[in-house]
Amino acid sequence: MHMFGYYLELAMRSLKRSPGLTTLMVLAIGFGVAASMTTYSVFRAVSGDPIPWKSSKLFVPQIDMWGPGQHGGDREPPDALDYADAMALMRDHRATRQSAIYLISPSVIPAGAGRSPVQANGYGVYGEFFPMLDVPFQYGSGWSADDDAHQSAVAVISDKLNQQVFGGGNNVGRTIDIEGKDYRVAGVLADWNPQPIFYDVMDTGGYSSDGPDVFLPFQRAIAVNMTNSGVNECRDSPAEPGFVGLQHSNCVWIAFMAELDGAGAVQRYRQYLDDYARDQQAAGRFTWSPNNRLRNLPAYLDHMHVVPGDTKVSLLVALGLLIVCLVNTVGLLLAKFLRRSGEIGVRRALGASRSAIYAQFLTEAGVIGVGGGVLGLLLTGVGVLGVDLVLPIRLVGLARIDPALLLLTVLIAVVATLLAGIYPTFRASRVQPAWQLKSN
Amino acid sequence: MQIQPILAALRRHRLATMLIALEIALACAVLCNACFLIANRVALLHVVSGVDESALATVQLTGYEDSHAVDLNARVLTGLRSIPGMQSVSVLNSIPFGARRGTAGITLDMAGQHFGGVVEFYVGGPGSMQALGLHVTSGRGPQPDDFRTFEGLMPTDASVQITRSLAEHLWAGTDPLGKDFWLDKWHYRVVGVIDHLVRPDPSNWQGDSKDWSIFVPALPGKFLAGSYLLRADPQDISRVLRDARATIAKIAPDAVFDEEGSKTFGDLRTDSFRQDRAMVGMLVGVIIALLLVTALGIVGLVSFWVAQRRKQIGIRRAIGATRGDILHYFQTENFLIVTFGIVLGMVLAFVLNMVLMKFYELPRLPLVYLPIGSVVLWGLGQLAVLGPALRAAAVSPVVATRSV
Repeated sequence: MHMFGYYLELAMRSLKRSPGLTTLMVLAIGFGVAASMTTYSVFRAVSGDPIPWKSSKLFVPQIDMWGPGQHGGDREPPDALDYADAMALMRDHRATRQSAIYLISPSVIPAGAGRSPVQANGYGVYGEFFPMLDVPFQYGSGWSADDDAHQSAVAVISDKLNQQVFGGGNNVGRTIDIEGKDYRVAGVLADWNPQPIFYDVMDTGGYSSDGPDVFLPFQRAIAVNMTNSGVNECRDSPAEPGFVGLQHSNCVWIAFMAELDGAGAVQRYRQYLDDYARDQQAAGRFTWSPNNRLRNLPAYLDHMHVVPGDTKVSLLVALGLLIVCLVNTVGLLLAKFLRRSGEIGVRRALGASRSAIYAQFLTEAGVIGVGGGVLGLLLTGVGVLGVDLVLPIRLVGLARIDPALLLLTVLIAVVATLLAGIYPTFRASRVQPAWQLKSN
Repeated sequence: MQIQPILAALRRHRLATMLIALEIALACAVLCNACFLIANRVALLHVVSGVDESALATVQLTGYEDSHAVDLNARVLTGLRSIPGMQSVSVLNSIPFGARRGTAGITLDMAGQHFGGVVEFYVGGPGSMQALGLHVTSGRGPQPDDFRTFEGLMPTDASVQITRSLAEHLWAGTDPLGKDFWLDKWHYRVVGVIDHLVRPDPSNWQGDSKDWSIFVPALPGKFLAGSYLLRADPQDISRVLRDARATIAKIAPDAVFDEEGSKTFGDLRTDSFRQDRAMVGMLVGVIIALLLVTALGIVGLVSFWVAQRRKQIGIRRAIGATRGDILHYFQTENFLIVTFGIVLGMVLAFVLNMVLMKFYELPRLPLVYLPIGSVVLWGLGQLAVLGPALRAAAVSPVVATRSV
């Protein structure tokens, strides 16, 4: 270890002697690492766990209400629930917390005379939605189970809508005009827009730069005929027209999330879903045996292919580039080290051990790695900024530079270069001192 | 040029040869697949919409009561038509590159046994077909009495126009005119074939299915409202849309003007392909970096070789080899190594393509990419080797006489 400083000096000296080759190596590593890290930063952003402290406790139940062969070729049940089944699950209430969820887009009239209506996107949910997903509040809170049961006219609004309608401030208890009816503001959210939008994958595809603006009690929204503004998928077209027809059909349009604590609870809920489907079978509504799924959040997001395929492909392509750069570095290091066979021969003849040669040349490889890493850092910064310019709006702001990314960039550059340096160093340490001394 | 001595020399530098070949092979695999991905995207960016994009814009309104829909239509259609420069205003449910409101699966028999495919229904009011600028290639366009009122999602029985590629898909080789198809229990009859009419979301569809659209004539009403097609001279269209926004605020204060959805078709097209353009840009960047790195690697290794062989080069020059001979030696050597790498790379390219096909639903790599990739890499190799080879050719024969 005491030789490290000396080896460092030797390395710097050797690198200065052939600036062309050194630049080539640093460039190659810098480019490779930067391309990989830029695509990785996007990949990490879109494939991240939106609620890591809780995702293993959150579950999405799926029930097959369409029968075999109706939802693609695989035996997968539909991705969402129809009204009848969602309401049955809510009634039975077998989870610690649970909520049916559907997308609404009511118009909201800002306070003050003569203001034109704004369109707000939001959700009809149950009161347990907020504690279940740890939704942060700026003022006030969600609503109670009582409010759900009585279809109370209460609303939770986003900070953005609070600004638009009231001009900001604590407006809990004030009245807001939604679709021509008065609602009492129960709470104002703090900034909350987790990506992917895990509680509504079906409508958003997972990403949206705009967070939800308004939440209303599910049954209240249904009662005032606030139509579903998300997608619905149907096996048969509804027998009756309109929103009521949708509720009476077996079209799926309701997202559902349940919080289950522990393996026992999950097992019991699974059993409950199967019992429910069996009851439906006995009642003649299903003519097939139970075919349910109960995936936890990460598994469900994976099932819904939330991470865009493009992102994975570009990560793969960038990895290919990194490998090419590494092979390149192996070749260049080999050329560089073997050119110094004479020098190695002299050191060995003077008594240096093989491990000393190893230490010397790996130090040199490490210095190149650090150089490549620093260049890679700069290029990654440029890359991530550039990605923000070209990425679709819904993904903008996701790719970020943070200390972990920076550290990883340098680490990958150094480790990769050291790996690339192993074989050339091995070859260098095999140099026969006697032969080299003779020929020179 | 004799190849025998080159091969003999390469055998003595097995590792360096292998490294260059491996680098070329990897580059070849990534290059072929990346170019293929780019070509797919570029084809998508240039998808033929079949409509007069430069002359069109759309206005999307929401937030009004269903019961006001008929009244709203009347106010909006009259109000927007009075804007100077407006050539026509009509109602259309789905918008190419915009709102998607009519995606459904159709069957070729009433019982629903024979599935036809998932298509886009464009339900349009009078004038919308002319405004879009669709070309009827056979049969007829909609007649005035084809436009009828309806309840629910769509007219339940109608005479429709379908695109040529959809006709070809449903009834290949036969005349589609007069043919029937069903959407659940609803019945439609083909009376005309149109050249092209792209789906609202072509990015999500492969090949010809991007163009599987149906035009259904219908009268504006409670269930066909809030989505308007504006046509004006291409120079005026942006201004007309701005005027339309101001007009809506006056004539329909009860409705919400959807800023995201109301755009000129040019802007809609740009927005809808944003991600695809980003992907093309990124892939082009990666390819350039890849070629650059590969070339630099070759330059580095060959320079090393040249330095190592200075003495041998000097001897060859001293016993009569010309500068051209030395130059050709290194060029041929490079050609052999690159060729070896390309052969390996073709196998790798197909393996990579198979992985992409399996996991990301990509089509198979067409064979034409292999010769293109080979030519690029041969060219790159020759370009990279030129500098070091010229330096080698410049080695003076005197070197041979010097002792080291």
